[in-house]
Amino acid sequence: MMRAARVVRAQLRASIAMALQYRLEFAVEGALALLWVGVTLFPLIVVFGTRPEVAGWTFPEMLVVLGWFVALKGVLEGTLSPSLLQVIEHVRKGTLDFVLLKPADAQLLVSLSKIEPWRLIDLAAAGAIFGVAFHRIGRAPGTGQVLLAAALLGAAVLVLYSIAILVVSVAFVAVRVDNLLYLFQSVFDVARWPSTVFRGLLAVIFTFVLPLALLTTYPALALLGKLTPGTAVGALFGALLFATLARAIWLASIRRYTSASS
Amino acid sequence: MTRILRLYPQLLRTGFAEAVAYRAEFLIWMFSTNMPLVMLAIWAAAARSGPVANYTQQGFAAYYLAALLVRLMTGAWVVWEMTMEIRQGTLGLRLLRPIHPLLQWSADNIAAIPMRGVVAIPVIGILLYVARSELSHDWFSWLLLCPALLGAWLLYFLVQAMIGTLALRFESAASLFDAWLGFSNVLSGYLVPLDLFPKAFRELAVVLPFRFQLSLPVELMLGRWSRIEALELLGAQWAYVLLFLVVTRAAWRSGLRHYAAYGG
Repeated sequence: MMRAARVVRAQLRASIAMALQYRLEFAVEGALALLWVGVTLFPLIVVFGTRPEVAGWTFPEMLVVLGWFVALKGVLEGTLSPSLLQVIEHVRKGTLDFVLLKPADAQLLVSLSKIEPWRLIDLAAAGAIFGVAFHRIGRAPGTGQVLLAAALLGAAVLVLYSIAILVVSVAFVAVRVDNLLYLFQSVFDVARWPSTVFRGLLAVIFTFVLPLALLTTYPALALLGKLTPGTAVGALFGALLFATLARAIWLASIRRYTSASS
Repeated sequence: MTRILRLYPQLLRTGFAEAVAYRAEFLIWMFSTNMPLVMLAIWAAAARSGPVANYTQQGFAAYYLAALLVRLMTGAWVVWEMTMEIRQGTLGLRLLRPIHPLLQWSADNIAAIPMRGVVAIPVIGILLYVARSELSHDWFSWLLLCPALLGAWLLYFLVQAMIGTLALRFESAASLFDAWLGFSNVLSGYLVPLDLFPKAFRELAVVLPFRFQLSLPVELMLGRWSRIEALELLGAQWAYVLLFLVVTRAAWRSGLRHYAAYGG
């Protein structure tokens, strides 16, 4: 366990040093991240210009969901996607062998191999969105609510990471579909709305099959003090279960992997 | 000119073969276009309690399905191809061929349209099934849709090519296109129909080129304009197309003087 933490720390330090070499890119990409937060906010502002409440959510409540969405999008596109896209590149070129030969867990090594630190701007923007939302609601969330939300955020990142690992595991079998990760990124866009926006079959799919509700809706409900304990426990267990499953599938795919160069 | 006419069909055939060869990847790119459906979800939820402005739930379904259709049919990716080839130096090979590189890329992008059509067929089916009554009843509107779609595609392609030529001078041309895409998503009506915009935004959006790239063909499908208005808008769209054509050609010429191939 200690060793794993050391590996992660070293990996993180290397990726940050790598990214910080490109200072102009840092500024340009940072500005772009801000622009896209604005683009994300625009439809919501227009919708709530016509309605005080949509699917049982008021504007500030919906902003809390959007805040989690912006934060998680930053995590996904700032760390998970770039790193895992490198894995797919490794698989195609056959250089994954070098990663597998290293004396550390391969999943650990690939998961943080490339990060884009300017996506921290997304986290700052999410903080600002929360600020506006709770200012409009007129009260700050309680300590218990913040702690529960933090726990659920952990679960959300875990689920996000597991889905990404699952997608990459598919790449071992079908190298042709190396853009599958982009497909997931675009499906993740659905998580900007709370799950009650969807009805019928879609609501079931986005809660249980592709647990998007777990990513943004539940942490938002926790922060608003509206999450029932039963759902919270269920969500945390569900996330752990999902991560275990993803890990098992990753290990199975690694075993099936035959180098491209052989 | 006759040489181009002789060579272009062959380029199209090659491009089509390429699109077929990478069909799995191609399909996934197409499926990644889901933003209109995401937006439809929130508006449909908002319209549960009654129409928003003059949009019912069905009206929103028609708008966003049409928007999805236009986006699927008028895709282009030339900016990424240009920036990559310029950086890697493979542009040199293209420059040696006896046909303008922009024409070569345009052939690749056009040749993918039949494949795009395959993905679009189910969308057309759903559109007809869900919201037939919302579509235009005037055949003239549908007649104008063809040049409007072509104009929309040309605008998208030319803007990409224009920004792509900047890669001959700067490193981060692709980032510039990303910024352009952000503005375009809002101002072209891709995320929110233009007639629901706050007034100030709307007045800005109707004069900028973005709307001609998506909103105009969608509005033609929904029969929003009278025949005269539609013709005027189509004229404005093609004026923008010509403008971008001239600018892109000039940018390409002056950019090429700065270009020094890498490798060797």
